[in-house]
Amino acid sequence: MIRRMLGSLGAAVMLALAAAVLFGDAALAGMGQPTDGQLGMQEAASPIAQQIHQFHDMVNFIIIAIAVFVLILMIYVLFRFNAKANPNPSRTTHNTLLEVAWTVIPIMVLVYIALPSFRLLRAQYNFPPADLTIKATAYQWYWNHEYLPKAKDGKAFNFDSVMLTDEEIKEQKAAGLPAPRNLAVDNEVVVPVNKNVHVLVTAGDVLHNWTIPSFGSKVDAVPGRINTTWFKATKTGVFYGQCSELCGKDHAFMPIAVRVVDDGTFSEWSAAMAARDKNKAREILKRVALEQAGKKTKDVADARQ
Amino acid sequence: MGSAAHAAHDHHDHPTGLKRWLFSTNHKDIGTMYLIFAMIGGLVGGILSIGMRLELQEPGMQIFSNPHMFNVFVTAHGIIMVFFMVMPATMGGFGNWFVPLMIGAPDMAFPRMNNISFWLLPVAFVLLILSLFVEGPPGMNGIGGGWTLYPPLATTGQPGPAMDFGILSMHIAGASSILGAINFITTIFNMRAPGMTLHKMPLFAWAVLVTAFLLLLSLPVFAGAITMMLTDRNFGTTFFTASGGGDPLLYQHLFWFFAHPEVYILILPGFGIVSHIVSTFSRKPIFGYLGMAYAMVAIGLVGFIVWAHHMYTTGINVNTQAYFVFATMVIAVPTGVKIFSWIATMWGGSIEFRLPMIWAIGFIFLFTVGGVTGVMLANAGVDRALHDTYYVVAHFHYVLSLGAVFSIFAGYYYWFPKMTGYMYSEFWGRLHFWLSFVGANVLFFPQHFLGLAGMPRRYADYPDGFAFWNAISSYGSYITALGTICFFIGIFVALARKQRVGENPWGVGATTLEWTLPSPPPFHQYETLPKIEATKHH
Repeated sequence: MIRRMLGSLGAAVMLALAAAVLFGDAALAGMGQPTDGQLGMQEAASPIAQQIHQFHDMVNFIIIAIAVFVLILMIYVLFRFNAKANPNPSRTTHNTLLEVAWTVIPIMVLVYIALPSFRLLRAQYNFPPADLTIKATAYQWYWNHEYLPKAKDGKAFNFDSVMLTDEEIKEQKAAGLPAPRNLAVDNEVVVPVNKNVHVLVTAGDVLHNWTIPSFGSKVDAVPGRINTTWFKATKTGVFYGQCSELCGKDHAFMPIAVRVVDDGTFSEWSAAMAARDKNKAREILKRVALEQAGKKTKDVADARQ
Repeated sequence: MGSAAHAAHDHHDHPTGLKRWLFSTNHKDIGTMYLIFAMIGGLVGGILSIGMRLELQEPGMQIFSNPHMFNVFVTAHGIIMVFFMVMPATMGGFGNWFVPLMIGAPDMAFPRMNNISFWLLPVAFVLLILSLFVEGPPGMNGIGGGWTLYPPLATTGQPGPAMDFGILSMHIAGASSILGAINFITTIFNMRAPGMTLHKMPLFAWAVLVTAFLLLLSLPVFAGAITMMLTDRNFGTTFFTASGGGDPLLYQHLFWFFAHPEVYILILPGFGIVSHIVSTFSRKPIFGYLGMAYAMVAIGLVGFIVWAHHMYTTGINVNTQAYFVFATMVIAVPTGVKIFSWIATMWGGSIEFRLPMIWAIGFIFLFTVGGVTGVMLANAGVDRALHDTYYVVAHFHYVLSLGAVFSIFAGYYYWFPKMTGYMYSEFWGRLHFWLSFVGANVLFFPQHFLGLAGMPRRYADYPDGFAFWNAISSYGSYITALGTICFFIGIFVALARKQRVGENPWGVGATTLEWTLPSPPPFHQYETLPKIEATKHH
């Protein structure tokens, strides 16, 4: 019995070690969307997401070390102090030095974690001046994205982003465009690469949450409040997120898609949108999407079909 | 009291049949009813979770025609497991059974209140089950708002009466727990046997004492919050409605002020149970008894000032977030003291791998795994990525489903001979453990990966990129379900086999007072109060 138990604990050690090796492996992670079987986070595409990854990897290493340490202690105890190996139990119930140590050392470990943690938190709330401000309003079960004009005489425009149905996905694929199920939307949010984008987030009915994992942005959409997040996308391509606050029936079916493009394309697209020339804007996006799809190795969701 | 009155009292001593159970004022009978109730609750909550895992085994919608019904399952699973499984098992079941036995009291302080505490619970449970069959959102049945019941989804989002059933159910379950908490506090403070000071009291009684205070202080806040929700829904107030000057975030603050202590309410009695088991089967007194007791007090106290770590993404101020990061990490210190003290108790001991001990060892390691991911989540910066993902689901199932539930099963096998007078079935118990241990790890460990990859929780369907780990996770849940079947088979086998045990089947390691009584204990115990010698100390 003991052997069986220890065998399973040994397997758990192997699992923990394997996890330690594999967790940080960014090569397995997809870009802008999850890859089947991946172990870590989605690839970072903003400075904040990169810092989140670094901090996660650091803390992850510490917590795996702690769990393995506890496991090793337990395995040792179960071997060394089982009834056969040690028929006469000791009566020790105090060891002041030990008790102080297992209070003070964890405190030091926590302080070691807390310092970079606060640095990361500050960075997330240190808003650089906005190059572009988008207001995202959530409804059951879609998003409305409004581009706020930078200049006083600029024109605002807005559009709804609704998840593509299965038929629409088929059409997209027929046109050679990757469209992952439950992630692709009809009107993507378009932002320029390497520019600071502020996102104002609110909701029109119930709570929702606007998030793009690759940008490290996640913020609740609360009726009556405007919450803010920011990101600077450092890679072009399309990045997906999914509503992350339970909002009713179709909670799982109101994704967010952000298309990161170069400056020129963005000006072209936003000019078309501001001029209410939706067809032109759609053509521009389709062209970009095809280009970016070609550059990508292979759409993950498509590969499964 | 005169001897005539005493004789008359004795006459009504041992009611039978319906009267014994329905009007019961006996702490052991009430404890038994709580345990049976928890089994029923666990069975219903477990079946709901299997339904969810069946749906999530593959991408796309297969089992549920309407995603709202999936949300209803999520909600009911959460509420049932918290209010109708873990709490009735730990506080109601083991608390009622063993606090009086361990502190040398003849019964609870308020036996009749104990009766109403229990019987409110089935009423609350029936109300919750009824909510599944009445309208929630327009045209759909049941509450689909998650166990957190956040407005506005719980107010304007679901105008039908299902939510009102749910609110009433929670009110009644809360009242039941508050009455129980008052009973435990009074019993522990006033009815300890002569010589048993607080610092000599068994750790399980300490755990129940701390838990009772948490219940007493946190549940009224929850009752207030859901009352405000009730008036928002039905009487035109706007506490949580922005358009009327209210704020949905107010509810979240009130809810988590209750619900964070609530998670310690779920786990603290387990800490107590595991301490006794580890000490018993290591044949050693608990290491650092006072540190263990006050670590629980510290966890209870700090548990009240960390609630907004559930709300990092709601838009609360960055300095507020920094405070909650700091306060939350503090909890890791007393929790670490407990883990290391359990290992130190085993250190130098003479460990017997009896069934309860195996569950307790499983508990200690798996609770550690759940605890360290809590340290990860405590950091607002990285929680920005992990909030509301499966990482959180994995974390709280490791501490609750693999922590609290393992401690409940550990306590169940530890005290089964005492409660019934019969030995449990070793074979079915071991099969139950190994299936649960393997199944729950296969079920919940991959959810860390899903969460890191960004899969949001409470999703009826997911992108194809999450398929692999979801399938593994579902297989794990089926293994766990097999384990649970073994648990029930084990009960029947043990009760049918009737293998009698004596006062103390565990030997010299079992030092608490319940092991000095016959198994099962007499209907009324301690006609002469036990005396705790002054020399005996921990």
